[in-house]
Amino acid sequence: MSPLAKLLEAALFASDRPVSVAELAALDPDASRAAVVAALEEIRETYDVNGHGVDLVELGDGWQILTRPEFTDAIERAQLAVRPHRLSGAALETLAIVAYRQPLGRAEIEEIRGVNCGAILKSLQERGLIDVVGRGEGIGRPLLYGTTALFLEQFALRHLEELPRADELAVALRSEPRAI
Amino acid sequence: MTVRIESSEPFVVELQQFNGPLDLLLTLIRDEQVDIYDIPIARIAEQFLARIKTLGIDEAADYLEMAARLLRIKAQMLLPRNQDDDQWEDPRAELVRRLLEYQQVREVCDVLSRLAEERRSRFARSYLPAQHVEPPPAPLALSLAELLSAVDRVLRVAREPHIHDVVPRALDVDGAIATIREILSLRDRARWFDVVQPSAEPWQVLSALLALLELARRGELRIFQPSPFSSLVITRESAGQAA
Repeated sequence: MSPLAKLLEAALFASDRPVSVAELAALDPDASRAAVVAALEEIRETYDVNGHGVDLVELGDGWQILTRPEFTDAIERAQLAVRPHRLSGAALETLAIVAYRQPLGRAEIEEIRGVNCGAILKSLQERGLIDVVGRGEGIGRPLLYGTTALFLEQFALRHLEELPRADELAVALRSEPRAI
Repeated sequence: MTVRIESSEPFVVELQQFNGPLDLLLTLIRDEQVDIYDIPIARIAEQFLARIKTLGIDEAADYLEMAARLLRIKAQMLLPRNQDDDQWEDPRAELVRRLLEYQQVREVCDVLSRLAEERRSRFARSYLPAQHVEPPPAPLALSLAELLSAVDRVLRVAREPHIHDVVPRALDVDGAIATIREILSLRDRARWFDVVQPSAEPWQVLSALLALLELARRGELRIFQPSPFSSLVITRESAGQAA
């Protein structure tokens, strides 16, 4: 590997969160952004070609070294690391609505889900997956929620546009209700 | 426990798998294989009411609101209307719109949970929540002479260690079983203090307790306590009744 790739690998290994290209570029004042991107590609290829137990992944607005999925069970059995809890169905629904309709207020979320969402919004906010991003117009200037960078990380997304567009979802939903 | 819930409260158990009234409604529509654009509202409303019958009071509000909505639509559908009335608006339209919107959310949930599952199957470094670590103590400012004199002081103060002998005292469960059987052979019913003398040593009390439990397990006797802190009542179990 090139010296720059080795430097980036060391930095990525040392960090416990995804590191952005801008942060990586700051490691070497002589390295251009393009050189950093090329070096990242070099690391990724080295991992792939030589067959490593880890793999370089782009999530959120950064890069992170992650273990390969085939070793997860063994690592967890040996109690070396623990998988995070799955979100409940209700939490996932609420998160899905926020992800697609953000920014939006609690009342709109409850209108779509048909149930009270106060407690779930609070717990999603505590888990850092959503946050208050502003206040709406109207009575009481309701809090508006949006997803966070951690949301992208936890769903292995680079940006929100990676989610399927609403009109790409099931065929049944695309057609307008026909006249009865 | 599980059996009891399954037999007497099927609806409560079932409803826990729904994320709200829209989820329940969509499931009913799917199960009944009806067209979402032409919902047989009377039938679906009836099914809906049957399912929410035994809801706990806390979760009931959201479901009840939907039940009321369904019944209102049902009533509106019954109103006579002109066949060629272009102005007529299907009272189900709003509900259909919400159901479709909700179904879209469900699909997004499928996408999100697949993504989350993929991410969950990989570990990053330091995933484990950081343990709180005490900062290491500052280095001691201490000379060797001071250390030695401190050790000397400690050794002077320290006395010969006191070694306590622990004498194992085996429980005599078999003996207690024999005693209890003897008592119950004379009478059908005994109390705790017939079995254990008030002056009994702890090992005797323990032996008697274990013996009682063992005999109860074998079905030779039955133990019950009429009220909290009252003396145990021990009754002989006749062979026929033994479980």
